Amino acid sequence: MSSTPAALETLRANVTTPLRGFELDAGLEARGGEPLALVGPSGAGKTSLLRAIAGLLSPRRGRIELGAETWLDTARRVELPAERRSCGLVFQDYALFPRMSVARNVAYGAAGGRGARRAAALAMLERFGVAHLAAARPPSLSGGERQRVALARALAARPRALMLDEPLSALDSTTRRRAVGELRAVLAELGVPVILVTHSFEEAALLARAVAIVDRGRIVQRGDAAEVSSRPATSFVADFAGAVVLHGEAESGDDGLTVVRLRGGGAVRAVAEARGPVAVCVYPWEISLAAPGVAAEDSVLNRVEGEVSSVTVVGNRARVGVALPQPLSAEVTADSARRLGLRPGLRVTAAWKASATRLVGD
Amino acid sequence: MRRPSTFAALALFAALLVIAFLLVPVIAVFADVGLARLADALGEESAREALWLSLRTTLIALAVVLFVGTPAAYLIAERDFPGRSLVLTAIELPLVMPPAVAGIALLAAFGPDGIFGPAIEGAGIELVFETAGVVVALVFVSAPFYLRGAIAAFAAVDGRLGEAARTLGAGPFRVFASVALPGARAGLASGAALAWGRALGEFGATLLFAGSLQGVTRTAPLAIFSEFSEPGGFVPALALSAVLILVSAALLLGVKLLGGEPGPQGSRSR
Repeated sequence: MSSTPAALETLRANVTTPLRGFELDAGLEARGGEPLALVGPSGAGKTSLLRAIAGLLSPRRGRIELGAETWLDTARRVELPAERRSCGLVFQDYALFPRMSVARNVAYGAAGGRGARRAAALAMLERFGVAHLAAARPPSLSGGERQRVALARALAARPRALMLDEPLSALDSTTRRRAVGELRAVLAELGVPVILVTHSFEEAALLARAVAIVDRGRIVQRGDAAEVSSRPATSFVADFAGAVVLHGEAESGDDGLTVVRLRGGGAVRAVAEARGPVAVCVYPWEISLAAPGVAAEDSVLNRVEGEVSSVTVVGNRARVGVALPQPLSAEVTADSARRLGLRPGLRVTAAWKASATRLVGD
Repeated sequence: MRRPSTFAALALFAALLVIAFLLVPVIAVFADVGLARLADALGEESAREALWLSLRTTLIALAVVLFVGTPAAYLIAERDFPGRSLVLTAIELPLVMPPAVAGIALLAAFGPDGIFGPAIEGAGIELVFETAGVVVALVFVSAPFYLRGAIAAFAAVDGRLGEAARTLGAGPFRVFASVALPGARAGLASGAALAWGRALGEFGATLLFAGSLQGVTRTAPLAIFSEFSEPGGFVPALALSAVLILVSAALLLGVKLLGGEPGPQGSRSR
């Protein structure tokens, strides 16, 4: 968008409030232009945190600020109502107004007179490639179309911060693969703080660099997605946060497989067909490690060599960070880690099957 | 071919009997003296006055109920507050209250010797033997029908739609007007039709509270009773009854059409 605020604002939130069975007690910071993903199992309190920031839930105690503006300060009895926060929220199932046309939905939050609002709505629909749906009613749209309209509606109001609650969970898997790339591009362009909630660590790692793992109302670990994946602080995080995401360019290989040339060097193969920019996704537990040069006679096609950057033992397993142009984490048993003498600085070969390599449009 | 069982035959007979018993009196209103004589009877000054008074008072009462009841129902539906179920019960009480009791209760509250009687008199308002009194009685007995439907209709509107509107900058009134009202439209309309139907048929409370003065407080149902009490008044009573039956049937049909339709958007189906 052309109207990116000159100065990037930062959203700071500290919220404490009782939820069913436990207390939400979380603090976070989201900088403009750097989407933050809240990841955690269903019922962990992620959505409540989003709703508190948007002003739809009044926490018992808390302080929420965007830049120099205070949205909530329970100590000073300040609480800006939702409609005056200018905080967009994309609901999990989009909550489009069923009786209004798509154009009126998108125009709803836009500023100006009737004509200006309609023009803004049409421009936004155009941008999301759904201008042809302007006259349609939401109930007749497909999941992917609703998602675009919901995003267009939130952005047409020119929010100063944007919350997305499971923005892709209502989509079927095919649509989701395509929508991830689109959403990534949109979020990357937005200059406002963006917080998105997802229960899929992979989705979080695809959409945001910064992730915060939420468990029972608390943020148990935060950091760069690759960092959290390779150094989980607890076994809960290890269970939950596992995804390797590598970016590259896909082309068809001579063996009928797809070859992805990774950004920064190296190539991997995948069974799925794709062309152009893609994200390569592998679970850490699909990746095996070996000392380099051990010529393995097996069916594994993807091998990359790199230096161990970290070894984090969680219970009976170990997460191993491997420094490559794009970092990667593998999970092996603690026993294997000892047997291989894994330690930072050691060179290893990380290997995984082409069939364990998922590709997502980027 | 198998013979139908005895029970099936009995059930069929029972069904026919019920339908006939319910329909015969209705048809008899139109068939007893013939449509021509009914039309003649409606030409009477007193009959036309009663119908006109009924139309005016019920529409005014309906307007009051809609204007005050709609925001009240919205508030009750949206908010959770202590004593909510008590409020809901209080709203429904006039529904089951015998009309004569409603009339006595109104007299006790707003009659000349009632609690607020002197205050109302002091304000220069006359209710007893006045058309305004009819409207008060109609509002009292019909409002619960509308409130019940409206509260249910507002409660059935997906709450996230209002929340979405707020995050898009809509204040409370805009949320009400652009999201809640359209979403509850069908329920509000059927509640309004029921309330109007109840007001049109109101008899006991009006008679006790406002009296039965021709042209002032004698609405159609009161006129039916009054004509019937006079010698030779049966036909005029039938004529007024026929009109009320037609209006009631039209209202019932309207309620069925509005309430039976699941709503083209299906937003209430979740």
